[in-house]
Amino acid sequence: METATAQDIIWPEVELIRNEFPILQQTVNGRPLVYLDNGATTQKPVSVIRSMQEYYTQYNSNVHRGVHTLSQQATTAYEAARHAVAAFIGAHHHEVVFTKGTTDAINLVAAGFRKTILKEGDEIIISAMEHHSNIVPWQLACEEKGAKLKVVPISDKGELDMDAFRSMLNPRVKLVSITWISNTLGTVNPVHDIIALAHEQGIPVMLDAAQAAAHTPIKVHELDVDFLALSGHKLFGPTGIGILFGKESWLEQLPPYQGGGDMIKHVTFEKTTYADVPLKFEAGTPAICEAIGLGAAVAWVNRIGIHKIQAYEHQLTEYAVAALKQIEGLRFIGEARHRSGAISFLVGDTHPSDVGVLLDQQGIAVRTGHHCTQPLCDRFGIPGTVRASLAVYNTTADIDRLVEGVRKAVTLLG
Amino acid sequence: MTIKEQQDRIIEDFEVFGDWMEKYEYIIQLGKDLPLIDPKYKTDDNLIRGCQSKVWLQAELQDGKLVFTADSDAVITKGLVSLVIQVLSGHAPKDIAEAEIYCIDAIGLTSHLSPTRSNGLLSMLKQMKLYAVAFQAKSMQN
Repeated sequence: METATAQDIIWPEVELIRNEFPILQQTVNGRPLVYLDNGATTQKPVSVIRSMQEYYTQYNSNVHRGVHTLSQQATTAYEAARHAVAAFIGAHHHEVVFTKGTTDAINLVAAGFRKTILKEGDEIIISAMEHHSNIVPWQLACEEKGAKLKVVPISDKGELDMDAFRSMLNPRVKLVSITWISNTLGTVNPVHDIIALAHEQGIPVMLDAAQAAAHTPIKVHELDVDFLALSGHKLFGPTGIGILFGKESWLEQLPPYQGGGDMIKHVTFEKTTYADVPLKFEAGTPAICEAIGLGAAVAWVNRIGIHKIQAYEHQLTEYAVAALKQIEGLRFIGEARHRSGAISFLVGDTHPSDVGVLLDQQGIAVRTGHHCTQPLCDRFGIPGTVRASLAVYNTTADIDRLVEGVRKAVTLLG
Repeated sequence: MTIKEQQDRIIEDFEVFGDWMEKYEYIIQLGKDLPLIDPKYKTDDNLIRGCQSKVWLQAELQDGKLVFTADSDAVITKGLVSLVIQVLSGHAPKDIAEAEIYCIDAIGLTSHLSPTRSNGLLSMLKQMKLYAVAFQAKSMQN
């Protein structure tokens, strides 16, 4: 395979893009910041920050309640954000529930399945590369109902064992919940195949798209996925907001998650009727400002173009993998054929935390540790990894700094 | 040397370092030089779990003094552990319980003590003090 050189990957727009992120224009420990922890959270462009400031300075008000002007403005902006996110993932707006984030969205579905669908002896399928947030909610639901949690194994390269997956599908399986892109390995899972195979047997599929949203186009109806969760803060938006997409028939079927204001149609002490979807799942005053910020983030991604982002990041990932490979003793954890976002590695017998501390001293932000995927690290028999995770504003210069930084760290630790 | 004198000596030692690399080189060396803990003490009971790295800590009372031995799977953590042991090990439980640890701040490694770093150093310091208080209470009973 021919390796892309830095010259091949010149994309003039990236410098303009970087200028839109105030936080990237600083030095950390005396060096210009290299931010490679995008899998944990992405930075925010000025348009997102401004949208949130405008909300609080110009029309902060509660939604879906008041007849006064500000409340109507806030409601309009909040619902416009829902429309924007829906369009971004190819959904109808009433199929998009605002949640606190991906974890909250998965818990919402898990709670619904626990209450109405899951019975003793049933099964839920997840995979060996799941984030704790796509393990623990199902574990809790299964424990309560006497159901079984089944785990699709992965290969040493970090790819799903699709033969095993096929053989695990049976009428007892009530849901398959799998990550689209692994936060630790960077593996892009064959979601089309997973959904098609599960649907052949009438089994619904939920996708954890937390790591996919900023990197790959999402079209839920083309995918025919039943549920999909994503987080705003991993998509250049604020923390505390995310969405659950659910097919309308599924959202109708699931019971409310929490009770409170905004989710009701009529309340008496004897009986309450609930609001239509998606408001049935949005009890209490929602994260209005954050939703509006997420809408602005989606608008920002649309302006750059998710296909362009994907193509650029693909080249940058190849460049990074080739450059890191030159470091003596470095081994990748996760070498899937289709990958995106995260690049995990270890060097010799150095501890990831030591490498992370020494990179930080050089102004380079990476994540070290188990990345909330302890069972996955156990699978590879490692305490964790050093993880560099890319976003559209990263450059080949960032990768060069990373490689130089790792070399320096390894020399010091040597 | 008292706990205070030990800390002042460490602060003095660190004053010679010109940049972060020299400082970390020294800490890494300390980590490598830390006398090995007796493997029989590397038990789950003695494990202080941080998010990033593991620390094992063993405490023993010898002639009225509290002696600590420790280990970590990460060498920088081990170096920091070694510093803290230099300061606290071999003193009376009462002195350890009452000691104020200021040398980590003074040598510019405060970030390692922040709860967000979660590398076990902060938990280890707390654990050492807990041992000291426990041994102190025990000696008062006797």
